[in-house]
Amino acid sequence: MSLRITFITAGRILRQLLNDHRTVGLILAVPALIIALISAIMDDAPQVFDKTGLILLAAFPFMLMFMITSITLLRERTGGTLERLMTTPTGKLDLVVGYALAFGTAAAAQTAVAAGVAFLWLGLDTAGPTWAVFLICIVTSLFGMALGLFVSAFATTEFQAIQFMPVFVVPQLFLCGLIWPADQMAGWLQGVSDALPLTYAVKALAEVQAHTEVTSDMWADLAVVLGAVVVATVLGAATLRRRTD
Amino acid sequence: MPPAPAIAVADLVVDRGKKPVLKSVSTEIAPGTVTGLLGPSGSGKTTFIRAVVGTQKVKGGTVTVLGEPAGAKPLRGRVAYVTQDASIYRDLSVKANVAYFAALYGRDRHEAMRAIERVGMGDHADKLAGNLSGGQKTRTSLACALVIEPEVLVLDEPTVGLDPVIREELWDQFRALAAGGATLLVSSHVMDEADRCDRLLLLREGQFIADDTPAALRESTGTANLEAAFLHLIRELEGAR
Repeated sequence: MSLRITFITAGRILRQLLNDHRTVGLILAVPALIIALISAIMDDAPQVFDKTGLILLAAFPFMLMFMITSITLLRERTGGTLERLMTTPTGKLDLVVGYALAFGTAAAAQTAVAAGVAFLWLGLDTAGPTWAVFLICIVTSLFGMALGLFVSAFATTEFQAIQFMPVFVVPQLFLCGLIWPADQMAGWLQGVSDALPLTYAVKALAEVQAHTEVTSDMWADLAVVLGAVVVATVLGAATLRRRTD
Repeated sequence: MPPAPAIAVADLVVDRGKKPVLKSVSTEIAPGTVTGLLGPSGSGKTTFIRAVVGTQKVKGGTVTVLGEPAGAKPLRGRVAYVTQDASIYRDLSVKANVAYFAALYGRDRHEAMRAIERVGMGDHADKLAGNLSGGQKTRTSLACALVIEPEVLVLDEPTVGLDPVIREELWDQFRALAAGGATLLVSSHVMDEADRCDRLLLLREGQFIADDTPAALRESTGTANLEAAFLHLIRELEGAR
C-alpha cells in the first residue's frame, strides 16, 4: 500500500463528487431537512425525538455512503477505469482506503450540517458529549461504504445497485431500533437484530444519550461496528480482481 | 544476436466461459517496433491485448513482457494500456483525468498538460470528459497513457471514429514513440492502418493466420494491398479444410 497513491486516489474521488453540484447540495441539505421534519412531527414528544433524531444522525451517512460507494464503484467496474487502474501502480487497498477517505470526508460534512441543525436549532439533547455522537456517525458511515463496496461486485447495472438498498440497508434500519425498540421485538427478531452491525451503532448512541461520561459499553459497541467495517472492507477488496474473464 | 523480445507469447490459450477465444497463439514482438494486431471483431484481439497487460485470466501458455510475467508488479510503471472504450472519468475535466493518471506515476501537472497538447486536446483541457465527443474521449484516454512515457504501449482500437487528420497525427506519434525505443502493440480492424506497422499479426477465430511484415505479406500472397492479402490467406485456409 502506498500512502501517496491513496491520497491521490482520495483527491480524485472527492473532485468527482464536487463536480456534481446537485449531489453535493443533496448530501448536505437532505438529512438536516428530514431530521427537521421528524422533529416537527414529534413536536409534542421531545424525548422520542431525542432518540429517533439521534439514530437518524447515524442512519443518513450510513445510507449515503452505501449508495454513493456502490454506484461509483459500479461505474469504475463497468466503465473500464477499474481495469485500467489495475494496470497502474495502484494497489487494491490504495483504492479502497482512498474511497474511505474521500467519502468519509463527505459523510463528516453531512454529519456536521445535520448534527449542527439537530443540536443547535431543533434542541436534540444527549447527556454525553457531541464528539462521541460524531465519532459513532463517522464509523457507521464507513460501514455503509464498505458494504456498498462489497455489494457493487454483485450488481451489473445501476438499477441493480439501487435495488440492493432494500436488501442490505432497509432491514438493518428497521431492526436496529429506529422504528421499534429491539428489546420489544419477537425473540428470533432480536437474534437477527443482534447480528446486524447497525444495531451496535444504535446501542452506542443510546449510551451517549444516557450517560454524561463516555462508557466502556459505548466503546465495546463501537468496536463491533469497526470490526464490521474491517470485515466488509476485506470482503470488498477481495472482489476487486486484477485478472478477470 | 537479435535483442530479447519486448513481448513474448507462447502457446497462449484463453477460454471465456466454455468457448475457446485464443487457441494456442505464439509470437514475439521486438522492442522499438509498432506491431499491428488485425482481425475482424470477435476474433480475440481484445482478449489477446488483455492477456499482454495482465488483466485477462488465461488457461494456458505464457505471456512475458520486458522479461517479467504479464501483469507483474514491476511492469505497472512501464506498461500502459489504452482500452477500446475510453477509460476515463466522465465527471472530471480532461486536465483532471490526465493529471490523476500522471500523479499515480509521480508525474506533475506540466507533464499532464504536455500529454494533452500531444493528442491535440489543449483547447478542451478544462471541459468535462463526459461532454466530449467519442474521438475526443479516445484522445483523452490516450493522453492518460502517453503521460507516463511507457516502454510498452498497448492500444486497443485507438483510432476508431477519429478524424483522418488526427488519425494521421496519432500514427506519426506512434512511429515517433517507437523510434524513441518504445514497443507498441496496436489493434485495429482498419486495413489501411496496417501499412504503418513494422509487423502484422492477423488474428482470425482465435488463431494467428499471419505474423510477418506488411511487405512480406503482400509478396507471399501475391497481392497489391493488405486487405486482399488477408482475404487470400483466409481463402487459402478454408480451401485447405
